[in-house]
Amino acid sequence: MNEIVELRDHTQEIRSFRIRLAICAVVVVVLFVLLFSRFFYLQVLQSEHYTTLAEANRIAIQPLTPNRGLIFDRNGEILAQNYTAYTLEIIPDQVKNLGSAIDELATVIEITPEDRQRFNKLKRESTRFKSLPIRSRLTEIEVARFAENQYRFPGMDIKAYPLRHYPKGELISHVIGYIGRINDRDLEQLEADKRLKNYRGSTHIGRIGVEKSYEGALHGQTGFEQVETDAVGRSVRTLSRVAPVAGNDLTLSLDIGLQQAAVQAFGDYRGALVALDPTSGEILAFVSKPGFDPNLFVDGIDHANWRLLNESIDRPLNNRALRGVYPPGSTFKPFMALAGLELGKRSIRYSFSDPGFFSLPGSSHRFRDWKPGGHGWVDLHKSLVISCDTYYYMLAHDLGITNIHNFIGQFGFGKETGIDIPGEATGLLPSPEWKKKRFKQNWLPGDTISVGIGQGFNLATPLQLTFAMMLLANDGKAYRPHFVKQQVDHYKGLVEDSSAEEMYRLNVKQEYLDYVKRALADVTRPGGTASRAGANAAYTFAGKTGTSQVVNIKQGERYNASRINERHRDHALFTAFAPVENPRIVLTVLVENSGSGGSTAAPIARKVLDYFFLGKMPESAEKAG
Amino acid sequence: MSSPDIRKIWHYLVRYIDNFLLAGIFLLMLTGLIVLYSAAGGSHARVISQLINMVIACVVMWTVANIPPQQIMRLALPVYVLGIILLVAVALFGEIQNGARRWLNLGFVHVQPSELLKIAVPLMMAWYFDKAHITLRWRDYVVAALILLLPVLLIIRQPDLGTALLILISGFYVIFLAGLPWRILAGLVVAAAVSMPLLWNFGMHDYQRKRIMTMLDPSQDALGAGYHTIQSSIAIGSGGISGKGWLKGTQSQLDFLPEPSTDFIFSVFSEEFGLIGNSLLLSLYLIVIGRCLVITTKAPTRFARLVAGSISLTLFTYVFVNMGMVSGILPVVGIPLPLISYGGTSMVTILLGFGILMSIHTHPKLVKT
Repeated sequence: MNEIVELRDHTQEIRSFRIRLAICAVVVVVLFVLLFSRFFYLQVLQSEHYTTLAEANRIAIQPLTPNRGLIFDRNGEILAQNYTAYTLEIIPDQVKNLGSAIDELATVIEITPEDRQRFNKLKRESTRFKSLPIRSRLTEIEVARFAENQYRFPGMDIKAYPLRHYPKGELISHVIGYIGRINDRDLEQLEADKRLKNYRGSTHIGRIGVEKSYEGALHGQTGFEQVETDAVGRSVRTLSRVAPVAGNDLTLSLDIGLQQAAVQAFGDYRGALVALDPTSGEILAFVSKPGFDPNLFVDGIDHANWRLLNESIDRPLNNRALRGVYPPGSTFKPFMALAGLELGKRSIRYSFSDPGFFSLPGSSHRFRDWKPGGHGWVDLHKSLVISCDTYYYMLAHDLGITNIHNFIGQFGFGKETGIDIPGEATGLLPSPEWKKKRFKQNWLPGDTISVGIGQGFNLATPLQLTFAMMLLANDGKAYRPHFVKQQVDHYKGLVEDSSAEEMYRLNVKQEYLDYVKRALADVTRPGGTASRAGANAAYTFAGKTGTSQVVNIKQGERYNASRINERHRDHALFTAFAPVENPRIVLTVLVENSGSGGSTAAPIARKVLDYFFLGKMPESAEKAG
Repeated sequence: MSSPDIRKIWHYLVRYIDNFLLAGIFLLMLTGLIVLYSAAGGSHARVISQLINMVIACVVMWTVANIPPQQIMRLALPVYVLGIILLVAVALFGEIQNGARRWLNLGFVHVQPSELLKIAVPLMMAWYFDKAHITLRWRDYVVAALILLLPVLLIIRQPDLGTALLILISGFYVIFLAGLPWRILAGLVVAAAVSMPLLWNFGMHDYQRKRIMTMLDPSQDALGAGYHTIQSSIAIGSGGISGKGWLKGTQSQLDFLPEPSTDFIFSVFSEEFGLIGNSLLLSLYLIVIGRCLVITTKAPTRFARLVAGSISLTLFTYVFVNMGMVSGILPVVGIPLPLISYGGTSMVTILLGFGILMSIHTHPKLVKT
């Protein structure tokens, strides 16, 4: 009985087991069919989609950054060059604890607090996925040391970049400017200009100066390489390649020797100097003193240096030659003289006895001459040589502001000269309309009188003064001032000379121009305001001194340089051309807070001219550059 | 040696070997070596090292196949007890790797005791059912469940959810095949459905929850956890019908696939051999599993039936879970593709299972308990 039950149970157990096993077998088949359908879905229905994704994974377009064009001075001396710099970069997103990771990094490679600050600033300004530099200009030893320890620092890598270097540093910082890292604003601008494609892979862009204005020429044509990449983004092999084309090399008209001579001639003074060739508008020297080291800016300036430059009372970042506006003072007089002659308000023969002041009819207010008691009998020639104020008070009154504005505007006052670096100031040549608009006040007859001697509302940049003087020196030809003399275009394989661009020609009688030039030549001779600077010159030169008031002197008060704050003392001005007969150079010197044009500005101009004509380098206590 | 001698030795060697199964196993291994060569980026070293793993595993299989099932049954309890002791030792002195305590340093070798339990648990449960009364009672299922849950809980604690789940499944197969009443099964299904949300909220680690979320929507975390699934799907999908050709899969050759020689080796295969290759491979597995099930139905004793059934179905589970994982229908769990993925431990475990199956099939069916 027991036996039978067991036997029956046994067969039943086997039957039950086989049923269950069969169920499992069915499940196995069903699930395999499910897998097959999944494969069918992926490999047949979605195959195209996934093939596209696989290709996108595989192929990357890598930009090939072109070398930035080099910049030379007119004699081939290099002013901006490239070298390979090794930069340590971090992708913040790929580093877990950034702070401690950088601490650890600092045990391998020196990381200064400034480096950290700069890095944190960059980090705030960009996305987490972007590779950001923490240390630049690694030495080869540092590169090797990091490479050895790289496994400890995921998300960090050394990259080689061509970096810009300005070997002349401070000497020409205001001309060349500098390049800086491309930021989000630049990207927006590039996008708007449809130039973004050419900047894939570029890290820097021109910020100011020639580097900025010639950005399009200097940058070059970005090349592209189609590469197969692996999952980490390393390229495995190149599929196709379009080589980059280096940017244009620029040759400037600037003479670095003349520039150096000018800086040395200034000594410790602050100020500006512009020298150009009146036969073409080529800039020969362009100084704004003090300058700054443009190399500091290339990789993002650190906070300490930035404060030092930005908060300095000497304002080294201010381009005085281009953007500094000063009352032109007596350097305005030659143009007033031409206005008087050309508009028939004065004749060459006219003269008067100078009482030392001028009063408007029916007014007791005295516009005083710089010389108390006046200069005696004064004609137009003498008014320029000794810089008589009274003559020009009267002339201004006779001309009226509208005539002055219209005639003298032709010399470029109150307008941009169109020089080929950005940021030029327009200065101010006042008119009744301007005053109405600016102050909502009517023009007063008294306003005209101050304008006559280049004071009052008058403002001009040293560049504008030089431009105006060029028009006088070359008998009215308005050449556009420019720095770039020649470009070597690697793309077209051409050398392009920038020819002189004559913007317009002034219509003034040659007789009058010659008359004024003769008078200016006498300024540097005995009896003239710049006679000391002109003594024993081996060449002839003509010029006009000027004094630019920083603070107004009250009625009845006397200007006493020793009694007022150094920063409130007058600026000295001198603008000149040489040789008188056939001018090859026009220059303007502005010396801040130094007194009168004849005593400080003209001697500096003389030194620069001595270098230009005789090759004589002025002595200097501190060797600049 | 004369040819009769050779024939004798040959006969001795293959006495307890199932040729049909062996042929299937060899075909799969060969496929594995071919894919591995590609997955390892044309490295011979990997292939040779895998070949050595295979030889060792075959020796193990041969040895086990030569042990009569009764002997194997006698080993069930000691091996199980040893496994439990090792698991406890891991919990107490184990080495931590990647945040989990799974390995035990025995001085000369590092072992992962959970691997041993993959075989020991079904053996032990089958042993218990075999020893139980001919008509199984309630109590027997409870005891079997305890035998199963003890190691599973220890492994969950390591934590190694993947292995624990696989052991749970292989143990479940034993209980199911032993004849677990249908209503209890239904009750278990309901209980599982109810406990899911609880398990989700309280019983899982963040990374485990993340894996499941990622499976449901890989693009949610495209650069993190979802990256593997997406890249693997791209590999399979871009393979198309006929594949990109051996050594020509861009996803695998350019390192877009994670673990291309172990867990994700099937994506490499799939990318290079396409739907045609996949169908052939699926068929081959189906044949091998089918053969295992045939062996199971012919098994003479309850112990043999349950062990053979569990081993066959667990093999299927490995294949399904691995392929499901790389093709994006199951969450990413670290399960190798049997006989194809690189790795000595899994190779030995799998072939050990085949050895038991062969032993059951080839030894004379004299004994009846």
